[in-house]
Amino acid sequence: MKIQRQGRNLQAPLFFSRTRTKIRFTEDFRLGFRHGLPIALGYIPVSFAFGLLAVKGGLPAWVATLISLTNLTSAGQFAGTNLILAGASLLEITFTTLIINLRYLLMSLSLAQKLAPDLTLVQRTMLAFGITDETFTVAALEKTEITFSYMLGLIVGPYVGWGTGTLLGGIVCTLLPPTLQNALGITLYAMFIALVLPPTKKSRSILLVVAVAALVSSILTWLPVFRFLSAGWRITIVTIIACLFGAKFFPNGSHQQ
Amino acid sequence: MGRILLAVFLMALVSYLPRVLPMIFLRKRIQSPFFQSFLSYVPYAVLGAMTFPAILYATGDTASALVGLSVALLLAFYEKGLMTVAICAVLAVYVFQFFAL
Repeated sequence: MKIQRQGRNLQAPLFFSRTRTKIRFTEDFRLGFRHGLPIALGYIPVSFAFGLLAVKGGLPAWVATLISLTNLTSAGQFAGTNLILAGASLLEITFTTLIINLRYLLMSLSLAQKLAPDLTLVQRTMLAFGITDETFTVAALEKTEITFSYMLGLIVGPYVGWGTGTLLGGIVCTLLPPTLQNALGITLYAMFIALVLPPTKKSRSILLVVAVAALVSSILTWLPVFRFLSAGWRITIVTIIACLFGAKFFPNGSHQQ
Repeated sequence: MGRILLAVFLMALVSYLPRVLPMIFLRKRIQSPFFQSFLSYVPYAVLGAMTFPAILYATGDTASALVGLSVALLLAFYEKGLMTVAICAVLAVYVFQFFAL
């Protein structure tokens, strides 16, 4: 996250501008791609497990992969696929998946504020497809505006990783050594910590918002009364509470431009 | 199979709609300072909510998860890259579980 986009400050004469645009596209794409690699790595064991479960449950490997490539969401497609396997009605499958995915409304809304203004509608609708919890947070914590090429680069790796992991899990259908599988389980969380800790050192308001989020999330997880909440709903509720807290008590946090 | 594919299509649709609707209909910047502030906190809140307490259950046993968490916290505090933090945490968990079992 510390790498600066050097292309930003290049002052090339006007007649070079086409080449310059090209260079900037490639640079932004490569930077995004680099930022996406740990996400891709973290997705492989999760999507592997998804492929495994789906095929064990009776779906062909290509259908499992198709689900991953068209849904690109962990909690939503796990739940939806479970319901397919359980023979649930189409309405129930659709509704449950929608509820779990509602949190993307907030993320898309937040990210839309950071996109470079010159993006076309088609480009926006393309990028929207690649918003996940992980790609969103990485993009949202970028210091500069989000360009089309940066976001595209960021999405490509995780998308390929998510699809490949599912296919492998579906085909292999035998477990990785359990110890390695366990150890890989921490990948995404370690990445989350690497993302969230540095800004909390610089801003007290961010630190408190993260603390509130962690606290409320733990309460919702551990209190038996809230057991009925799915992971997707939990994230949505916690996000709303923690952000209301931040906006009410620290409306002018130092991280805001 | 036709019914399954229809279900997959519907799932894809309701996964995409919440992502794309704000992108289409909110092309102007939001003006309300309160809502701006609210949205600026979203990524941090999402990260906090996703990480805690889920990280404690990510490795099969709480002890190794705590080891991984500590390593990640330490390296993140010194602002190491995402890849470094992720790989070191995985290695720490793996080594810990290797000796603990």
